[in-house]
Amino acid sequence: MLLDVRDLRVEFRTREGVVRAVNGVSYSVAEGETLAVLGESGSGKSVTAQAVMGILDSPPARVTGGRVLFQGTDLLRLGEEDRRRVRGERMAMIFQDALSSLNPVLPVGYQLGEMFRVHRRASRKEARERAVELMDRVRIPAAGARAGDYPHQFSGGMRQRIMIAMALALEPELIIADEPTTALDVTVQAQVMDLLKDLQREFGMGLILITHDLGVVADVADKIAVMYAGRIVENAPVADLYKRPAHPYTRGLLDSIPRLDRKGRELRAISGLPPNLLRIPPGCPFHPRCPQVRDVCRVDPPPPLYEVTYAGRDAEAVRAAELMPDDPSALGRASACHFWKETVGE
Amino acid sequence: MGRYIVRRLLQMIPVFIGATLIIFLMVYALGDPVTALFGDRSPDPATARALRAEFNLDKPLWHQYLLYMGKIFTGDFGTAFNGQPVTDLMRHAFPISLRLAVVALVLEMLIGIALGVVTGLRRGRAVDTTVLVLTLVVIAIPTFVLGTTAQYFLGVKLGWIDPAVGPDAPFNQLLVPGLILCLVSLAYVTRLTRTSVVENARSDYIRTAVAKGLPRSRITVRHLLRNSLIPVVTYLGADIGTLMAGAIVTERIFNIQGVGYQLFQGILRQNSPTVVGFVVVLVLIFLIANLLVDLLYAVLDPRIRYA
Repeated sequence: MLLDVRDLRVEFRTREGVVRAVNGVSYSVAEGETLAVLGESGSGKSVTAQAVMGILDSPPARVTGGRVLFQGTDLLRLGEEDRRRVRGERMAMIFQDALSSLNPVLPVGYQLGEMFRVHRRASRKEARERAVELMDRVRIPAAGARAGDYPHQFSGGMRQRIMIAMALALEPELIIADEPTTALDVTVQAQVMDLLKDLQREFGMGLILITHDLGVVADVADKIAVMYAGRIVENAPVADLYKRPAHPYTRGLLDSIPRLDRKGRELRAISGLPPNLLRIPPGCPFHPRCPQVRDVCRVDPPPPLYEVTYAGRDAEAVRAAELMPDDPSALGRASACHFWKETVGE
Repeated sequence: MGRYIVRRLLQMIPVFIGATLIIFLMVYALGDPVTALFGDRSPDPATARALRAEFNLDKPLWHQYLLYMGKIFTGDFGTAFNGQPVTDLMRHAFPISLRLAVVALVLEMLIGIALGVVTGLRRGRAVDTTVLVLTLVVIAIPTFVLGTTAQYFLGVKLGWIDPAVGPDAPFNQLLVPGLILCLVSLAYVTRLTRTSVVENARSDYIRTAVAKGLPRSRITVRHLLRNSLIPVVTYLGADIGTLMAGAIVTERIFNIQGVGYQLFQGILRQNSPTVVGFVVVLVLIFLIANLLVDLLYAVLDPRIRYA
């Protein structure tokens, strides 16, 4: 397994109290596999990724438990210097807003070349050549001429390509893309997603795609982890999740997407607001918003991840599960709902 | 860029005219300079009339202004009432003030930025709190208190420095007066740098730099400082003019016969040609410093392009 996150916990100590942003998240990614992490803002999906990368702002953030096994090594036990060498070199991150995520006062060629200067001790000239190669690779027209330009001189899509190029620079084994297309126009979104997908196939990297957009996930991801209030509430191979969601929250998300076959009917939004992480509701954190709520949902402990099984499972998904028997989260499906059977319709 | 500079230079003309006119009016509003010249005695009418004619004081104010401005462009700043050409006073006053301002600016830059970066990177720690309190103290205590105290202890008691500074003072003699002069600005530079560093340290591109696996030192120098110093440089540039003109108190304390000293004397004696002449040059210095700051700003921040 390339990356295996086990029972990760992250807190933020703030003046108002302890914000429990991540409360025991486990997920895994194999070489060449794409895991989509889905959730509303505040669900802890980005914080989990930042903890994996080791770029949490601490203080106030603190990893209070769990393991981040990267090719068998627990990254949380590494010293800062060893950790730094992993970043960029073996795992890289693509951020949402490329405009603010690139340094505004340095040319993009310099920012790309920096990867080779620092990690590979390349000369100035060599770094520049590699930067232009990278820009070519992410299909930026006239790369050679544009390497000296600054981030604000590029369009949104081109900027995001530069972010992708930066992440790819040293051909890392894992890329974490945190909402890589959210800030882009819809037409550009598709181009950027296609590019990311092509490059992932070419390099055989593991990819964690963090998003709140179910539409982006469908044709890219192999499996999905749905997060809510710092927990994973559902795990599933991508096709299964769309066909038969096993958690009321997932169902709510699916129902809130406009769909052609439901044209003319009202969109069903999930009522209520995401929970305040300072005061996560007892029991199932989703219970105040859940249409199927019962008494048992309101009391601690929160529901565990139940393994989801049912008769008509997709043949392909079952085969995928058989390939990776040593990984619990790859065993197919899990749902953190006491009543998953009703939800999945079994 | 070239067109921008030309436009900025043209914009300086109305500013220059406006500023000089205001100063001119203010000085003349102080009262009749000829009467002031004679102090308590009443002037002999014939002498007074002769003086008024010599300095064009018998003409209407607008006429006086035009005559004065006309002469300035030929390099003639008029004659002080004591018969010394104003340009003579300038020749002695500006070099020493300029050197004092340079010393002050360098100290302000080195110490202020260093303190600001250290406190910004260690926000909330003991260093940060201590420096913040110190800057408040410095801002709160008037310059003349700090100046005279420093002069008394370092100069008179300990004898480490000369209590008075001559017109040809070398740079090391100007260190303490320069420090006193820039102290308040230094406190502001520290706070400005600190705020800017704290703000930029939280920015997305710093997070990217960390995610790239860059070493701490490189992130701080290449990414954080480069961005944080943009507003600081702007402040420093605008401060050049202030340091030159605002040295009145410091120059009085250390008996430096510079611009501030001459201006002070001029105002005290209602010596209008001196006051107006010096202020005109200071206005020019301000304007040029501001233009340079704006051009420097474009160099530091590529997002700003002047068309």
